[in-house]
Amino acid sequence: MLDIRNVYKTFAPGTVNEKKVLKGLSLHMAPGDFATVIGSNGAGKTTLFNAIAGTFLTDEGQIFIGGEDMTFKPETYRARVIGRIFQDTMMGTAPNMTIEQNLAIAYASTKKGLRPAITRADRAYFRETLARLNMGLEDRMKTKMGLLSGGQRQAITLLMAVIVTPDILLLDEHTAALDPLTAEKVLAITKEVVAEKNITTLMITHNIASALELGNRTLMMDDGQIVLDLSGEERARLSVEGLLQKYREVKGKMLDNDRILLS
Amino acid sequence: MTNQILGALELGLVYGLMVLGVFITFRILKVPDLTVDGSITLGMAVCAMLTNVGHPGVALIVAMIAGALAGCITAFLQTKAKIPPILAGIMTMSGLYSINLLIMDNGKPNISILGSPTLFSMFQDATGLDKHASRIIVGFLLCAVVVALVEFFFTTHVGLCIRATGDNEAMVRATSISTVKMKWIALAMANACVALSGAIYTQYIGSADVTAGSGTVVIGFASVIIGETVCVKKTLKVQLISTIVGSVLYRIIIAVAIKTNLFPTYFLKFVSVFIIAVALSVKPVRNWINERKNRQRRMRDAAKGGAQDA
Repeated sequence: MLDIRNVYKTFAPGTVNEKKVLKGLSLHMAPGDFATVIGSNGAGKTTLFNAIAGTFLTDEGQIFIGGEDMTFKPETYRARVIGRIFQDTMMGTAPNMTIEQNLAIAYASTKKGLRPAITRADRAYFRETLARLNMGLEDRMKTKMGLLSGGQRQAITLLMAVIVTPDILLLDEHTAALDPLTAEKVLAITKEVVAEKNITTLMITHNIASALELGNRTLMMDDGQIVLDLSGEERARLSVEGLLQKYREVKGKMLDNDRILLS
Repeated sequence: MTNQILGALELGLVYGLMVLGVFITFRILKVPDLTVDGSITLGMAVCAMLTNVGHPGVALIVAMIAGALAGCITAFLQTKAKIPPILAGIMTMSGLYSINLLIMDNGKPNISILGSPTLFSMFQDATGLDKHASRIIVGFLLCAVVVALVEFFFTTHVGLCIRATGDNEAMVRATSISTVKMKWIALAMANACVALSGAIYTQYIGSADVTAGSGTVVIGFASVIIGETVCVKKTLKVQLISTIVGSVLYRIIIAVAIKTNLFPTYFLKFVSVFIIAVALSVKPVRNWINERKNRQRRMRDAAKGGAQDA
């Protein structure tokens, strides 16, 4: 479903601030794969997501989504098949518009045009979808988005991202700004929705426990590459402590390299 | 005085669609568009030329198309040339001054359409009503039709996307909708409304003047704000209607002030700016007063509490 071949990206090339963020990264995701992505700050996780979403053109390499070469396609074109959620709960919705209007924008993008955006059937469908969140939002469809809590907004952002089933779902620490209980709830909804629609998903997280618990793969990124790709038996056997150990090993290796460089 | 109020009502309705246009950019797209001064005169110029050759109805439609094109130029400068919105609007407005003179018989600053049939005169002839009544009815009907169309438009998917573009651009882009396209549509639509208002004004007043548009945008802002202060509900429908109400109220306020010799006619623009300044500063001033009150109360309580403790 997602095929990334040998992608490179350097920011501010040729200046003192030059930063090689992606260094020949390759990744293949089968349809329905749900991979969690871990790695320290600056490892290139968000840059990888930006490369997939088309925020910038990569320097080298190719990106295929659903078999289509997306390497040179603009962000808005790719957005048809990509759902993306950020950490900031304000980013995914329009605060001065109602819940149903927000949903309608995401939902109707397939049947565009000058017809009324919200029909009675749409409203019934939104109601049904919202009811599944168990947040009582189905009775507040005419409430302005800005009046909701961060957790509620993030749950709706998730609904908006999958209301037209995307090929790829990119979750960039989407529960990091929520309190533990709400985060748990949003994660549970995420799990349910992804499983039901069988969406190929990448989720960045700093929570090692959920990195192992959610999905069927765990990727560890470091220094612009995927340094560890766990799945199946090996992943199932790994404990949080075990994964942390591997994490330290990777970082240790890097420190050793630095020492070699410095000596 | 009745005459002045009637005149104000007529003028308010004539300028109502200009205020609607300003509302679309200023409040929905949340980008103030200064093209207005140019596009309203463009509407006047186009309308005067076409009314004089005997097509008062076509004149309004062509004026709208011309206004939409002006809006597209501003949109192009904003989105493709990446010029800041305010500057882009000023550039189109200044450029239009020459274009308007070009349209007005190759450089005549003033064109009279007296004697040519207009929508107002045709309506008057058809119904036999008096001048004021027919002006008010035609003005009202035009406003009602356009407001209804705009209201419907903003419930469609494209309309919702334009509203969302003003609210959270990143979110619209994330749903595979081009915000650039949305800005083009909104600016074209807003300036079409403005130019239509200019065209109606020409048929109302009986002439087109190349300087008649200067300062319009300020009147537009003032009217939008007046409309908002009397607007009871914050639904879009009420807000759109309140632009017309705001336009009429603005004219009535001005008419009363001039009638009572509060200020001379040439002070009109100063007063418009004054209204905007006062209306926009109401909220921060109110917050400041509340904060001060709170502070004084807390300090008083603390002083009292301290005394009791001692």
